[in-house]
Amino acid sequence: MTAHSKYRELFEAAVHGAAAKDWLPKLKIAAIEQFEAVGFPTTRDEDWHFTSVTPIAERTFRPVKLSATTLTSNDIARFTYGQDDWHLLVFVNGRYEPALSNFAELDAEAQVMTFSEALKEAPELLAERLGTLAPAKQAFTALNTAFMADGVVIRVPKDIALETPIHILYVTDAHANNASLHPRTLVIAEHGAQATLIETFASIGSGTYLTNHVAEVVVGDNARVDHYKVQREDGNAFHVGTTQATQGRDSIYHAFSFATGAQLSRTNVYSRLLGSNAEVRLNGLYALEEAQHADHQTFVEHIAPACSSREVYKGILDGTSHGVFNGKVYVDPQAQQTDGKQTNHTLLIGDGARVDTKPQLEIFADDVKCTHGATVGRLDDMAQFYMKSRGIGAERTRALLTYAFAAEVLELIELEPLKVALEGLLFERFIPPDSV
Amino acid sequence: MLKIENLTASAGGKQILKGISLAVNAGEVHAIMGPNGSGKSTLAQVIAGHPGYEVTGGTVTYEGQDLLEMDAEVRAQKGIFLAFQYPVEIPGVSNAYFLRAAYNEIRKARGEEEVDPMEFLDVMTEKLKIVEMTEDMLQRSVNAGFSGGEKKRNEILQMAVLSPKLAVLDETDSGLDIDALRIVAEGVNKLKRPDNATVVVTHYQRLLNYIVPDYVHVLAQGRIVRSGGKELALELEERGYDWLLEAAGATA
Repeated sequence: MTAHSKYRELFEAAVHGAAAKDWLPKLKIAAIEQFEAVGFPTTRDEDWHFTSVTPIAERTFRPVKLSATTLTSNDIARFTYGQDDWHLLVFVNGRYEPALSNFAELDAEAQVMTFSEALKEAPELLAERLGTLAPAKQAFTALNTAFMADGVVIRVPKDIALETPIHILYVTDAHANNASLHPRTLVIAEHGAQATLIETFASIGSGTYLTNHVAEVVVGDNARVDHYKVQREDGNAFHVGTTQATQGRDSIYHAFSFATGAQLSRTNVYSRLLGSNAEVRLNGLYALEEAQHADHQTFVEHIAPACSSREVYKGILDGTSHGVFNGKVYVDPQAQQTDGKQTNHTLLIGDGARVDTKPQLEIFADDVKCTHGATVGRLDDMAQFYMKSRGIGAERTRALLTYAFAAEVLELIELEPLKVALEGLLFERFIPPDSV
Repeated sequence: MLKIENLTASAGGKQILKGISLAVNAGEVHAIMGPNGSGKSTLAQVIAGHPGYEVTGGTVTYEGQDLLEMDAEVRAQKGIFLAFQYPVEIPGVSNAYFLRAAYNEIRKARGEEEVDPMEFLDVMTEKLKIVEMTEDMLQRSVNAGFSGGEKKRNEILQMAVLSPKLAVLDETDSGLDIDALRIVAEGVNKLKRPDNATVVVTHYQRLLNYIVPDYVHVLAQGRIVRSGGKELALELEERGYDWLLEAAGATA
């Protein structure tokens, strides 16, 4: 039996959209059919050249069984960045846990709903939007669409700025072992609206599971969305995530991907610039050790003129880990005055570590400015000498400079408490604990 | 304190120092002057232990020990400090953390107790005054986004915190306006003690109006071509370097 026909069986066995309108089962059936047609990607696919998903394809991950958790607020406290006043939606093993979640009153008419609530309260919104940004063309997106069970829907109405960040926390524990989770996020920021969203993927206890996440983000004219993703899955887990944004005129979309978890991860961050003067910033940091593999693919489609895109991705690779960065930029013939800049810097610490970095520019307009740069290196000799010349030992110098290399890209995080928390994580990771 | 004998050194296969001999005693201020490319900065970096230079001959003894055998961090722990001509930017590491890490390493090497962040803040409050800097610079990343003057003041601040026995200032005056120059020079003077020594490497005489040397050495093409008292610096200011180079037969 092929890998994808196993999923057809699992799909048939599952009950889908019982409480929903017709559109949802239709969407899901179309998705599983698409998945069957395309199958898991192979390294012959250009987009997956450096990442083999064989370890995922050769296993069968059953959809996780949704059951009440025994985890308490104390158990998850270490994943909430010490922010009690943020809106917090907690999912444990794919199931929404109201007792662990905490969200305060929302500003005027804004809606934050779980997927199942949205099916009851705003079915027409879902029917109209879901799957339109991230159509189920790619295998993993198709799989998510076919199996999505819960997730979060956020709608911010015209000219409303949500001041309080919304944190969606996906936690797994041992119950998720051998299972798959397909959370789904839909964000609609209407004209002039503003929102900050953090999605954290974390685990308590060990397990081999698959998180296959899809987020669709509509950034309306003049709207702004800051979207942070923190991937700290268990070291045995697999993580595939696709974020697809569309941007209207004068909009800002800022996505940051922090990835330290999973044995194999693939993070896609895509934005389609549909209105003029829009700005997209895609930044990220991956820090890997042992035999971890993390692949980031970004894709910015400059469709409208006078938009700008900025990308800074950094990687720190220890052990025999493997990092991949593929930055694709497409500039439509209409998209004159495009201003694009992309950089990828990787620090190789482990002797067996490896990075594949591949910028990919397709430019069909003539009045554009698009640059890309990539460096792969080891720690700067002058900086090492500088620190040693102040009495700091060789090992500590390397640790501090490694931390500094990573921390630099965190400076691009505008959400201060998150920046501080992630700096703390890196500090713990890179600076030996016996140091001052 | 420091005794250099017939030191030769090269970088990238090119001979830069061609036999330097120099003795520095506690309480003294030495100025090393010379035209660009004479090897002044190389000498400073070799003393601090820069791994990019290969010592090809001669000896350097520091407090009776073979300095050339020591790693850069060991030299610093034993009291040698180099104020860099181009201080390195380290984005992501705060000055406070960096300084405290260095301070504690050096205290450890001296057999003293390490200090915690609160105790260290007290140390800093006092030292910041020496270079007329404010506490907010402690939270900034090391030299990142600093102006030229701020970087040099930060070097002197580090020197104040680490209180070295032998401080080598490499072109600390370059790129400084007159106010910054005054602050830097006054900082160095305040840190002067009878039991420490300072080597000032400079191209221009103007710094020596503020930091008055006991000895001036002129370096040209990897050798010391003239040594004298502070009046030698004034003579150089007036006449330039050429006459000395000619007298030494160094220009061909």
